[in-house]
Amino acid sequence: MSFSNNACIAGIYEHPLRVAPNHTVAQLHAEVAYGALQDAGLTLNDVDGYFCAGDAPGMGPVAMVDYLGLKKVSYLDSTDLGGASYLAHVGHAARAIATGQCKVALITLAGRPKSEGSSGTQVRSHHASAPDFAFEKPYSPAPLNTYAMCAMRHMHEFGTTSEQLAWIKVAASHHAQHNPNALLKDVLTVEDVLASPMIADPLHRADCCVVTDSGGALLVVHPDIAKSLKKPVVTIMGAAESAKGQIGGKVDLTYSGVAWTGPRAFAEAKLTPAQIRYASIYDSFTITVLIQLEDLGFCKKGEGGKFVENGQLISGKGTLAFNTDGGGLCNNHPANRGGMTKVIEAVRQLRGEAHPAVQVPHLEFALASGIGGALGTRHGAATLIMGRL
Amino acid sequence: MSEPHRLPSPIVNAENQAFWQAAQEDKLILKLCHACKQVHYYPRTICPHCGSNDTTWVSSEGLGEIYSFTVMRRGVEFPFAMAYVLLKEGISLLTHLTNCDFNEIRIGQKVKVVFQVTQDGQNTHLFEPLN
Repeated sequence: MSFSNNACIAGIYEHPLRVAPNHTVAQLHAEVAYGALQDAGLTLNDVDGYFCAGDAPGMGPVAMVDYLGLKKVSYLDSTDLGGASYLAHVGHAARAIATGQCKVALITLAGRPKSEGSSGTQVRSHHASAPDFAFEKPYSPAPLNTYAMCAMRHMHEFGTTSEQLAWIKVAASHHAQHNPNALLKDVLTVEDVLASPMIADPLHRADCCVVTDSGGALLVVHPDIAKSLKKPVVTIMGAAESAKGQIGGKVDLTYSGVAWTGPRAFAEAKLTPAQIRYASIYDSFTITVLIQLEDLGFCKKGEGGKFVENGQLISGKGTLAFNTDGGGLCNNHPANRGGMTKVIEAVRQLRGEAHPAVQVPHLEFALASGIGGALGTRHGAATLIMGRL
Repeated sequence: MSEPHRLPSPIVNAENQAFWQAAQEDKLILKLCHACKQVHYYPRTICPHCGSNDTTWVSSEGLGEIYSFTVMRRGVEFPFAMAYVLLKEGISLLTHLTNCDFNEIRIGQKVKVVFQVTQDGQNTHLFEPLN
């Protein structure tokens, strides 16, 4: 059953702070919730569905419903796909709205990894009962080294180069220069990226996303409500999610779970990659973008390097505008989870609210794609396709 | 002489303790499923390929080749080489490479298992290049 066009994104908000040492995590969640409500023209009393993931404090939705003072919630979801959670939440909210479970779904994300000293070279905390980590703990799997092994294999199989990966960062930096809130606003060259320190071969420091305190929120609403509000209506056309791991030891680092979610989302939306001119692509690292672009069908497997080089991802210059807010690579990667800001910038683009220097003209459709967890070990994947009514 | 750097220890539990006991004797064992005749990793009681609980431990020579690797150069106390090693049995495992020049590692390089003691005395498996 397709739920296409049965729900809309009516409210978006990205917290302007990138360092928030004096905020609590719950407070950041609340500030982004009110930001999205104000953007939509709705109030807290309109909210009857609430969604959050592992970044939410305490017992997730139970703590946050109480903290926020939500009084009539009839639908809750705390699906955690790491940074891809919020794309999955939008899909879940659309299905809940289409089946009458709720009408106004609030999705929040926030965290303070910058203030708490988080880094991509650190081993992420795991529950002692994690069956996989029991075997992997001696080897200190961290975001940097596990994603680096994906890049190394891609280079080996397909001849992808560090210069090609660097073009992804260069494109993000061209966009970030127009975002006053972006953590990194300097325009970089390929040479700048390659001159940054090697952290985990073949990934340089500039191949990595930023670490920021911040947050974001979305409101997914019934189409009747969206049409009664002032903002341009952004409809959810397709949504899909999955998870990919080591497949019992049959490890293949050349593709992600997006190879499964992309085709399903396109089928539900009844669109093809050729019809997409703007895409928010999860950019924890440059290699994350390259592999998703291939898996989504923007180019053939192995040809991502050629697809991204020479500024092909720069808005107004290349074939596909990506992450026009500067993405996780330059702008914001709140709570080490970049899926929320992917949806937010896609909605800005569809509304025509992106910065004029990066706005894609006459945009009908936009895609957001996310990978959460570790591409090289186990990750969640989600794809969303949205359109302007 | 300073003490050699020891890796963090694995987490031993009821489902994996035979694996780690074998490691104490410098032996690598894997799980084979009698139903689908496939080896899997990491080891489970129930086969992730077919769902059968008819699985048994089998010994491995610990021979294979490097499927992918990285050298973790910054943000860590000691640089290390992480890899996926594709064993002859057809499964890849996450590990470290040792006894080699980190700048000479190549995908496809033949490697064999060696064991190293971790922080709490438990052995774990690493791989070193053949020759």
